Amino acid sequence: MSGLVQEMSDKAQRLGIPLAVQLDLTYRCNERCVHCYLDHDDHGEMNTSEVKDLLDQMAAAGVFFLTLSGGEIMMRRDFFEIVEHARRLSFCVKLKTNAVMVHPREADRLQALALDSVQISVYSHRDEVHDAITKLPGSLKRTIAAVRLLVERGVKVVFANVLMRENFQDYPGVQALAAEVGAEFTIDPTITPMMDGDRSILNLNIERAQLQQVFRDASILGTSPEEFCAPPAGPPTADDAQKMLPCSAGHTFCYVSPYGDVYPCVQFPLPTGNVRTSRFLDIWKHSPQMTEVRSITLSDLPVCSTCSHGGGSCTRCPGLAYMEGNMRGPSSQDCEKSFVRTGVETAGMSIRREARSIDGLVQIRIAASPESRTEFLQTCL
Amino acid sequence: MSPVYIARTSEVAARLLGREMMIMSARDSTLFSLNETATAIWQAADGVTPLAEIVRQHVCVNFEVDPAAALRDAEELVEGLAKHGILKLSDQPIMEAK
Repeated sequence: MSGLVQEMSDKAQRLGIPLAVQLDLTYRCNERCVHCYLDHDDHGEMNTSEVKDLLDQMAAAGVFFLTLSGGEIMMRRDFFEIVEHARRLSFCVKLKTNAVMVHPREADRLQALALDSVQISVYSHRDEVHDAITKLPGSLKRTIAAVRLLVERGVKVVFANVLMRENFQDYPGVQALAAEVGAEFTIDPTITPMMDGDRSILNLNIERAQLQQVFRDASILGTSPEEFCAPPAGPPTADDAQKMLPCSAGHTFCYVSPYGDVYPCVQFPLPTGNVRTSRFLDIWKHSPQMTEVRSITLSDLPVCSTCSHGGGSCTRCPGLAYMEGNMRGPSSQDCEKSFVRTGVETAGMSIRREARSIDGLVQIRIAASPESRTEFLQTCL
Repeated sequence: MSPVYIARTSEVAARLLGREMMIMSARDSTLFSLNETATAIWQAADGVTPLAEIVRQHVCVNFEVDPAAALRDAEELVEGLAKHGILKLSDQPIMEAK
């Protein structure tokens, strides 16, 4: 994060402003990606005037960074009307799309909207691999044709390469393809559970050795592997832990679903209110759930506050922890990442091991915050 | 000396954060933060009000500064913003901004 963006984020947090929002316009999609966490049926999306009213409210609340995502956003017939409205309200707009519906006419319109960027999912440089993931024959060819149209018009395109076992070996190819077409390249090595809590898609996650390879690839990290994989700095001091926040969810960021439900983050399905029945700013400021999320600092996390990774090598997602049963607990996927990154076990991992070793019995062995420890052990078992 | 007219371009994203305006250029994703005085000028940049009048109405009145010095600073500011493509300058009213 650049210095000015960090400064802006700090200020927004002090002022209680939701600086950034992801709004999913629809869960409908023309692809059926094997790892997708969404239910693609339409259960009552907000209509055009509801979305526009929400955008008006968000602009008034101070939202600056607006990500429009889905589903496939261009499945909505009013897609351009919505984006044009958002730009009239001076949002910094980023789109997430598979781009298969972008043809020259759509590319022209997107260029005219002066967007921040368009993020496009690309799973492989090979048709057979990409199309097997999206389940849409010809999708890679269509996506890349759209990318070229956008780049030719000066639109900033970012490839999002989600890594799974079946496409892991292709990420260098996707990276090379991004360079060839003039797009930026990002990688995401984490498959997250379905929004309804179904964790079956997690078996698509890449293996530990593959994650190790990613974490030691300087071309992806943007820093040296030695620095990135350095041993953890140790647990934070009690004073620091009281000041450290888990992430921006609920602090300067939130997520709104196509049905108007507001959550702290797209990966944090804790319902906090619905914009069809409450004003956006009222939910943001006064929802008990949002207030609870906002109140949590690292010192409130009974396991993570004792962890040697807490000082910086941890990327704990409170939403993933919530989906595991406890928003104050560790996220096993992030513990795994910290371990693979540094070779040092996390506090969450050692407690899980301890829980397994007692073979189904719950014991309290650690004095600090015993209630929470017990709760966590029960979750593990 | 002919008057200077200023207009916000549509190629930016902008939002008031506290009393400061954040502006992101779509051209190169550069982020700007305008202080309170510059924010007042930015908000008044309607393409038809001369810069000197904007300074008189929105800067001198609210910030109690010397009018000549304020105008000089404002001219420097708008030239800088124009170079980054986030403001248009003209010696004629910029009607499409209205």
